[in-house]
Amino acid sequence: MEVFDLVPLIVFIPIAGLLLNAWIGRYLSEKGIAWIACGAAGLSFLVAVALGLGLAGGSEGKIVPIVDWIKLPAVGVDIPWAMRVDTLSVTMMLAVAGVGTLIHIYAVGYMHGDARFGRFFIYMNLFLASMLLLVTGNNFLVLFVGWELVGLCSFLLIGFWLHRDAPDPETGIIGGIKNTNAAKKAFIVNRVGDFGFILAILLIWWTFGTLDFGPIQGAAHAAGHEEVAAGEVHEAAPESAPGGEAVAPVTPEGVCQPTGEGVFPMAEAFMAAGCNVKLGSAEVPIGTLIVVVTLLMLVGVTGKSAQIPLFVWLPDAMAGPTPVSALIHAATMVTAGVYLVTRNNVLYEAARGVNILPFGLSPPDIVALVGAITAFMAGTIAVAQWDIKRVLAYSTISQLGFMVAAVGLGGYVAGMFHLVTHAFFKALLFLAAGSVIHGVEHGAHHAHEHGTHEARTFGYREGVLDPQDMRNMGGLRRRMPVTFWVYVIGALALAGIFPFAGFWSKDEILLDAFLRGSEYGDPTGWLVLILLIGAAAFTAFYMGRQVFMIFFGAPRTQAAGHASENPPIMTYPLIVLAALSTLGGLLNVPGLHPFGTWLEQSVPHAHTADFNVLLALVALAIAGVAVALAVVIYYMRPALTSDGLDRLQRPLGPLWTFLHRKWLWDEAYHNAVIRPFNALGGLLAHLDVRYLRDGLDQGLYGGFNRIAAFLGGDFDLGIIDRVVNGVGRVTQQLAGQARHLQTGYVRNYALSVMLGVLAVLLILLLPLLFGQ
Amino acid sequence: MEPAPLNISAYVVLSAILFAMGALGVLIRRNAILVFMSVELMLNAANLALIAFARFYNQMDGQILVFFVMTVAAAEVAVGLALIVVIFRTRRSINIDELSRLKD
Amino acid sequence: MENTPISLTTIVTFLPIAGLIVVLFINREREDIIRWVTLGTAVITFLASLGMVAAFDASNPGLQLETYYNWIPGFNISYHVAVDGLSMLLVLLTTFIMPLAVLASFDPIKERVKLYYCMLLLIETAMLGVFVTQDLFLFYIFWEFTLVPMYFLIGIWGSENRVYAAIKFFLYTMAGSILMLLAILWLGVNGDTFNLPTLLEKLASGALVFPEGVEVLLFIGFFAAFAVKVPLWPFHSWLPDAHYEAPTAGSVILAGVLLKLGTYGFVRFNLPLFPQASIDLAPVVAALAVIGILYGAWVSYAQKDVKKLVAYSSVSHLGFVMLGIFALNAQGVQGGIMQMVNHGLSTGGLFLLVGMLYERRHTKLMADFGGIWKVMPLFGALSLIIVLSSMGLPGLNGFVGEFTILLGSMGSNFLAVGFTVFAAVGVILAAVYMLYMFGKVYMGPVIHPENERLPGLDWKEVAVLVPLIIMIFWIGLYPTPFFGMMDSSVDALVTPYTAPGGSVTAAPELAPAPVAAGEAASVGLAPGY
Repeated sequence: MEVFDLVPLIVFIPIAGLLLNAWIGRYLSEKGIAWIACGAAGLSFLVAVALGLGLAGGSEGKIVPIVDWIKLPAVGVDIPWAMRVDTLSVTMMLAVAGVGTLIHIYAVGYMHGDARFGRFFIYMNLFLASMLLLVTGNNFLVLFVGWELVGLCSFLLIGFWLHRDAPDPETGIIGGIKNTNAAKKAFIVNRVGDFGFILAILLIWWTFGTLDFGPIQGAAHAAGHEEVAAGEVHEAAPESAPGGEAVAPVTPEGVCQPTGEGVFPMAEAFMAAGCNVKLGSAEVPIGTLIVVVTLLMLVGVTGKSAQIPLFVWLPDAMAGPTPVSALIHAATMVTAGVYLVTRNNVLYEAARGVNILPFGLSPPDIVALVGAITAFMAGTIAVAQWDIKRVLAYSTISQLGFMVAAVGLGGYVAGMFHLVTHAFFKALLFLAAGSVIHGVEHGAHHAHEHGTHEARTFGYREGVLDPQDMRNMGGLRRRMPVTFWVYVIGALALAGIFPFAGFWSKDEILLDAFLRGSEYGDPTGWLVLILLIGAAAFTAFYMGRQVFMIFFGAPRTQAAGHASENPPIMTYPLIVLAALSTLGGLLNVPGLHPFGTWLEQSVPHAHTADFNVLLALVALAIAGVAVALAVVIYYMRPALTSDGLDRLQRPLGPLWTFLHRKWLWDEAYHNAVIRPFNALGGLLAHLDVRYLRDGLDQGLYGGFNRIAAFLGGDFDLGIIDRVVNGVGRVTQQLAGQARHLQTGYVRNYALSVMLGVLAVLLILLLPLLFGQ
Repeated sequence: MEPAPLNISAYVVLSAILFAMGALGVLIRRNAILVFMSVELMLNAANLALIAFARFYNQMDGQILVFFVMTVAAAEVAVGLALIVVIFRTRRSINIDELSRLKD
Repeated sequence: MENTPISLTTIVTFLPIAGLIVVLFINREREDIIRWVTLGTAVITFLASLGMVAAFDASNPGLQLETYYNWIPGFNISYHVAVDGLSMLLVLLTTFIMPLAVLASFDPIKERVKLYYCMLLLIETAMLGVFVTQDLFLFYIFWEFTLVPMYFLIGIWGSENRVYAAIKFFLYTMAGSILMLLAILWLGVNGDTFNLPTLLEKLASGALVFPEGVEVLLFIGFFAAFAVKVPLWPFHSWLPDAHYEAPTAGSVILAGVLLKLGTYGFVRFNLPLFPQASIDLAPVVAALAVIGILYGAWVSYAQKDVKKLVAYSSVSHLGFVMLGIFALNAQGVQGGIMQMVNHGLSTGGLFLLVGMLYERRHTKLMADFGGIWKVMPLFGALSLIIVLSSMGLPGLNGFVGEFTILLGSMGSNFLAVGFTVFAAVGVILAAVYMLYMFGKVYMGPVIHPENERLPGLDWKEVAVLVPLIIMIFWIGLYPTPFFGMMDSSVDALVTPYTAPGGSVTAAPELAPAPVAAGEAASVGLAPGY
């Protein structure tokens, strides 16, 4: 038995944990629940480590089938539950389970005292299981199961505080309802993305006759692809076909014929052959089909990874508890889109050479542009937010944009590298932000006990403190030293300052964009590079703004003044994450590129470029300038003006409002989609009752009645009735006379019978008497 | 052995007398039980005639028919008496002149 | 055909009637005994149907466990019942749902108890009869017979507008059935038999040939009956009323099984009897199905009443089933049958939930609820699972069916890709209206003080929901045995539709010989068909 056969455990352990907590959790103390949940997370991480060590030992990984799932033998549909251990999936497992475990531990402190403590950890374990299923699935459908289940967990956890009845600071909506709405929004927007994904899966099945990714390719095979440039037609790879007597990928008529190898090898073979795919009664060129599939997948990516145009759910998702924001909405779930594109690198690279879209764009170009534009836009929005978690949310969207841009540019290693480092520092930032919020809440409580009243608060209308609003903070550096230091580390990493983790990974992305522009002469590369550098500048600026606003200056409220540091169970995970954020860059240190080499085994199109000092310096300089600007604006003077406005609010004017309201995306959706949707729904429901129900009723059922009414009214009463009544009346009168015959006495009847008999006899006998 | 020739008319006359008595009983009596007995009398008058003719023509049909009549009569007695008992229970009377509710 | 001894199929079909006879002899005052005897009968019927599964050979595509009796030889009418892969699952679904429906009636039904349970047992036999019968005439008898108990269930134990709904239900379905009767008579007279297998043989051998244009008419005759029953848009307008007014168990039976009679009818009769008409009309039927998917979802979203919302969602879900069936390939039909079962479980479950809410609050308006999850945590969790199953969350049963259906329709030789795309939009909408409902009723703070102290679930309610949830997970995670049950039968059913053109569906080991281009291009029916 190999170590890889352990892989099902990585999903089953968290499931066991959640079942255990669901079963006996109500009899346990918080401590017991926490042990079960964190233990399950930790064990999964250990399994991931074991798998990683197995791979590092030079083994190629393994596909571990568990059990049949959707199997229709007659038509060859066979989609099993199967798991895949290769370097890509193990990377994700390590990141997810590792960061997940730390966040579990942190959450024990954060959720302390919550009435639904047990429920929270059940959801967290469910999320872990789902996310690990997503990254280990060996076919598209298992991946999709994880993909939707993480969406479900997101829904459950965003809506976790669904019973809160305090009103929301900005909108005045009751908290529980706001959470519910945010949860619904997240689920539904994700479903829109899933719509694209599921269509892609259907097309893949009809093209390839399977949903399996294909055999795990060795490093040698991957190397063979290195020189394959975009769109270049290369020889089909028969060496990957099992046995050699494999079916030809193309029939003599040029129709693609599945060889049963798995999607990725077949995709290459089909592309090489340039065959047509039979889809129902139509035939579609394989290139077109792959373009469609990759674009549909991109829809899924924009939903899950919060890219334009489906990013709108993520800021609202911050309504959930902070550990959830850290785990799901920063470190792991939202990166699933990046993972998906990386996993499908073969398809995306195949699509790169097909020029059937306008402007000569190919699907990966579109992926890169979507990512870059998102990165830039979210970066600008983050500048104008007050809520500490919202800033981080937009920062997450922006960083996800970086990753998506990276994988779109073909920089799969850079994208995955940034995914990992981002998991470290963004989890760190969120958890530290949670620590800040907790501290301020604590301070507010403390201040309240001392009977001090807030002179001025922001957010809530009536003197109630919003612990997430940065305007209510300030000067926390002395009250919460640990949190302060880790926050600064996270901020530096995010801003891409040397030598923190973010610097290395972001630099690789910029480098990929640069190379795409300079070496391949692809204008998309240049455009993406410019957008990303802009986004990086904004990143450094808003992180500076945030740090200065929270930790420096004088406390702006009593709560901030009385804030206190959190217990070790919350700070220790922060310290671990801070260490990872500092040293994470070593993962793919220039020159050695261990991470790139590692990924090459499972990502055929992985490549690593050499470190470009000039580009790094430029990026660093820009980040430096942005930080300096933040220092000038938010540190040299009090961060807020005397009337409580941001330093930039007045100079920017309407632009500030535009940014603050996230480029009016929500308003646009509200007017363009939700309102018409609701109106049409209402209209249809109205029409359904008015016409289909009542109309049909009146038409058929009612028409029937009307005819019946006519027949029963004019016709019947007028004509038939009169005739019948006449007959009836006569009969009645006759009967009235005849009635007297009925005496009711038996003997009378008997007599009549007797007389009748006599009469009959008489008639019978008459011929006898007279006839002869 | 040839059966002795039979004077059929005596039997027929007796049967007719019995039948007439029965019929009169049915028409005149008010007590349900007596009406009932009169019905039996009529049936047995018919039986007598049947037997007589069967013997006269030396055929079995008449006798078979008598058995049927007797069976039916027995059944009829059972049902009829049961009805009378029920009627008596509910009406406290078996005077058939009072049993004219169906008229209304 | 020779008469055969009585088979398990007959026994299972008439077991409820046996129970009914027992119930008839129980004093109407002894309500508890009546309830338990009915429940016992339903459970025994279920166990007996498990016996059928045990005796059932899934690899045999033909009819099994047959009973044949030459019933009315003069008119070529026979008593012929049997199961195959198409009906086995639906028989199981019926016998599985019935005990739950009975148990769910224990508390709510207080009036005319004996009559009520008699009606439940009657309808069980009628529904089972529809699924197992192989004779058109007998089929018609059972088909119409399902109406009577349902009419009374709605008309006597329903809510305010029950008589209206009951009559509407009766008239609508009756009107559809009349056309089917004409079609059945045509077949019976011209084919000299009402026996379905014999008719199919005659069609295959050419002994019975449809004159020009008649096939379509016959198809439409059957279509009328089935489309009303399904209900296919725009024949659905009896459904919300019937569901809304019916008692909980009535809704469960209606959604769980009765609607499937229609979809099953398409699979059993339209597809094998009228292949050419099925092909010609497939886009039309599929278009109605897709409209139904979107329309049902959309209208569902606009409802203010939970039960109406669930009722309209049935229109949407059964649209999926119809789309799958008229994809006319094995994926679609198998997905369709699977989804019939799934819809029975999920929507049946939803109606049970609504019933439980109604028992506690005597209202079905969403605005009267809110925060129920907090008040009744177990109920909330179980409800969430059923809601998620209904909206097709992967890992639960609904997804398996929907995915297989979409897989079928995407590769269908007779449907354009657009059908699948729009149907997939229905998956989004399902999330929209289901979450809307779930958010309104279960989430958020408790708005109404009268909801603060709702009692939790009692053992009966748990006993009703738990089997459903077990099945939801089972089918969602490991549907292989269920697909396996119908695989060979469905394959035989769709052979006429898929045989001429080999497609990529066939795995290489199944179709080693490359298919000639001419054949591949002329997908659709070869002239022989």
